[in-house]
This record gives sequence, C-alpha cells and structure tokens, in this order.
Amino acid sequence: MPRRVAIVGVGLTRTSSHRADVTYPELVYEAVSAALAQAALEPKDIDAVTYGSMDPFDGVFAPERWNVEACAGAGATNLPLMKITTGGTTGGSTALAGYYHVASGLFDVVLAVASQRVGETVEAQLVLNTAIDPIYERWLGGGAITIAALQAVRHFWRYGTTEQDLAHIAVKNHENAQRNPYAHLMRMLTVQDALQTRLISWPLRLSDCCPSSDGACAIIFASEEQAKRITDRPAWVIGAGQITDNYWVGDRPWYEDWDSLSLLARRVYRQAKIDDPLRDLDVAELYNAFSVQEIIEYEALGFCEKGKGGELIRKGVTTMEGQLPVCPSGGVLCTNPIGASGLIRVAEAALQVMGKAEGRQVPNVRKALAHAWGAAIGFHTLMLLSSDVP
Amino acid sequence: MTQEEEIIVIPGRWDLPFRHTAGRVASRFFHGLKAKRILALRCPRCQRVLMPPRPFCERCFQPLDDWVEVGQQGTLEAFTICYARFTGLPDPPYCLILVKLDGADSALQHLLGEVALEDVQSATQRIQIGMRLEALWREEREGGIKDIKYFRPVA
Ligand SMILES: [Zn+2]
Repeated sequence: MPRRVAIVGVGLTRTSSHRADVTYPELVYEAVSAALAQAALEPKDIDAVTYGSMDPFDGVFAPERWNVEACAGAGATNLPLMKITTGGTTGGSTALAGYYHVASGLFDVVLAVASQRVGETVEAQLVLNTAIDPIYERWLGGGAITIAALQAVRHFWRYGTTEQDLAHIAVKNHENAQRNPYAHLMRMLTVQDALQTRLISWPLRLSDCCPSSDGACAIIFASEEQAKRITDRPAWVIGAGQITDNYWVGDRPWYEDWDSLSLLARRVYRQAKIDDPLRDLDVAELYNAFSVQEIIEYEALGFCEKGKGGELIRKGVTTMEGQLPVCPSGGVLCTNPIGASGLIRVAEAALQVMGKAEGRQVPNVRKALAHAWGAAIGFHTLMLLSSDVP
Repeated sequence: MTQEEEIIVIPGRWDLPFRHTAGRVASRFFHGLKAKRILALRCPRCQRVLMPPRPFCERCFQPLDDWVEVGQQGTLEAFTICYARFTGLPDPPYCLILVKLDGADSALQHLLGEVALEDVQSATQRIQIGMRLEALWREEREGGIKDIKYFRPVA
C-alpha cells in the first residue's frame, strides 16, 4: 500500500522571454528557496531530489548537474537526485517521481524541481526537430504548433468549433494571467484583438500559441507524519498517473479527441473517488500550450461531452466566476518554460488547495486537478490534490 | 561600485554531426520509393497494414515481414497550413498533411502541393478532410521520404 503524501511547500519564479538578470542556478535557487520558505524548512530537511528539464532546450545537456547546488545544496550534502525528461510532461513526471519517492516509504521529504530556459534557445524549432523521428518525419514540417493545428482542424471539422471559440479561451487565460505575478504574458486581450493576431498555422493564430519562457518551479512532497508537522493546510495527493500513446503521429488520426487522456482521467478519478468531475472538482490547471487543446482537454477530462468544449467556454463555465475555473494562473498559454510547465500546473493546483494563490485564488477549493501533455501529444500526466486527508 | 553594470551574455552553439541507421525496413521502403512503389508491412496477427512500415507491430508485439504495396492515392485525414517561418521547417506557406493511402491502415505525414496557399480562405475551401490525393514523384530520387515531392489533389 502506498503511504499518504502531501505537498507542503511551493516555489515559483518570475518568468519572462529571457531572465537575463540571473544565471541558471540562480533561477533554480529562486524557486527552491521560495518553496523552502513557504514550508518553513531548511535544506537539511530534504531527503531526496527529483529534477526535470527537457534537454537540450537550455543549450546545456543534463542541466541538473549545473543546478545541483541550487537543489537545496544537494551536492554539498550528498543527496540522492533523479533526473526526469518526458517532453512536455517533464514537469508532471517530476511531480509523479517526487510523489512516488515518498509514497514508497523510502523517503519522507522530497524536493521536486523543474526548470527551463527557453529564453536561451535562439532557434526553438531546431531543438524540437531533434525530438522528431529522424528516418521518416524530420524536416517535413512537423512541430509542436503544427501538431496542435492538426488537432484544431479536426475539431473544427468534426464538431464545428470555431476561431471565436479559440479566441474565448485565449481571452480567459490572458485575463487570468494578469492576476498572476509569475505569468509571462500579462497583457489585456479581447476576442477582437485575438482574431486580429497573425495566423501561425491555420487555424491557430499568435493568440492561440504559448510564448517561450524562462522559469523554474519547486514543490516539496512530505509523508503524512511530516506533512502534519510542517503545515496545517497541506495539499494531499488523492490520485495520480501517467499514460503513453503510440509513437507514430499517423497511427492516431483521431486528433479531435484525446482518448489516452480520457483513459488516464478514468484511472485517476477512480483512485480519487471522483464521479462527476465538473461537480466534484473546484479548479483545474490544464496544459493548454495551444488554445484548442484546452477545449479538447475539457472533453477528455469529462467536464463535458465530446464536441461540447467550445460551448463550455462560451457559457463561461471555466472562467474565474464559473462552476469550474480552469487555469486561474493563465496556464501554459501565457507562460511556457517547457520542462517546468507541468510542475507549475501541480504547484498552482497545490496553492489553490492550500489557500495561498493570492490574487488568483478560487474561493473554498477542496479538490484541484493538474495536467500536462508532451511527446508530440503522446504522453499525459495527471495529479489530483485535496484539502482533506485521503 | 554604485552604478549597475551591464550583464554579459555569452553566445552558445551546438553543431553536432550524427548518423541514424534507417534499418532493414525503412531501407526497403526507401528503395521502393526510388522505383516509384510505396510499400507497407502487414501484421500477421491484427492484419493491419502499417504505414510508414516499421519492424514490429506495437499492438501485437510481433515482428513484421509481410510486405504489401499500397496505393499511390489516398484520403486526406488532417492538415494545417503553416504561415510562420521557423528555422528548420519548410518555407511558408506550406501545407502539412496526414494522408491515408489506399490499402494502408495508418496515415503518412507529408506535404500537400499544387494548391495556392497564400489566401487562407480560398485554400481552406479547396482543402477538405476526406478529399482524394495522389503522390507526385521527384524526377531525381535518392531513396528517402522526399522522393515523394508532395501529394496533390486528384484531378
Ligand atoms: Zn498487429
């Protein structure tokens, strides 16, 4: 039986298109020291580190070595450290690894850290190309944006979703990001503005696409005994998991639906005893690197039926005032330090449960869901947090 | 020191050569393209004809050896028209497609040609999911995925 585990501290950094004011270890230090401060812990209280980044976006392979000192002085105190890289889900997988370390009973207090300096990547697509199949698919025009655009074209075709629906998603996230001091894009956006931004890859416009950000995130996972000692209001992990889909993009032309995410959601909801996610969840932090993906995620996660995601945003169900606010942080659409983005989703969900989300706090959050996708839309992670001991 | 000093930014660059073996399966597929034939592999257990061909079936975990020739025409499953310039991707505008060739059970990723893409409205009226496409071959074929220059609408 896994042990009960809770998040007891979260640290975020300011994000921008280039944090030229800090070195890479300083950026990580900013996140880790904030997490330690929130939990009122000392570096010596940490038993192990899980570390996520998506090599080689930083231009340095295996940056965990560079950042060992910033991970609570892991090098100086000879802590065990495990590195995780799973594309866009890197941060989500790093959270899972931190959780599993504690749930296993082998460690009591574990620091999960994820970081990325996409701002130091001068040509991000050239880095992405290194992740694409070198025999059949590289150099044919596939990239993160074009794959998201295939999803959008299929969703428009099958379900009648429109550019206006995508604009509503962008507007909602930009509005939320303005209340988040850790967001990258913090500008006012109207539906009309969104529809006038330039086309990137039909039907996705600039306002439908995430920026490239520098940023880092740290989360402290603790065993039940330690969590109760550290804080009165931890965020308990009540469900978690990862799922993979097949490798070839042409093997899954059902781009309008995210069946692998649906399957993972059913597994995680079963662990957490969630019957009706729209009713039972209070907030969700989804990996919406591209606007259309948030719509498809609503459907895959059971917030609405397939094809009804556009209606959900048009009715305002997922705005801050709606029944289930999605991405009070502004989401990945407004801030994307790639390998860290999945961990930021967990951090934001934890802050909501702990009542520490400040200007972006949703009232009375008891259950919060965090999601990430990666690997050419082939991987997903989910983590479900609760204010109540499971 | 009271004045704030300029932060120095140090340039970096990776230029690393690699070599990737195509393996026996993709090599046969590419040799087939040189001869204007599109080859796929059928799984003996689930009977799916897999495109692009690969050495084993992921679902059945069986090695594959049953080569079949698939059609040079197929159906458009999904597309996007990219209007932005990205270093390492084709010059814009270009149309990325997933095409399911006749006789294959999975789609091939490739490019669409011979449709004017500059005006998105007319282009998206012309390009429709489900439309019929055919391969156009390069004159000079080198044994690679680009031996098919692009797919184009069937006249
Ligand atoms: Zn099979």
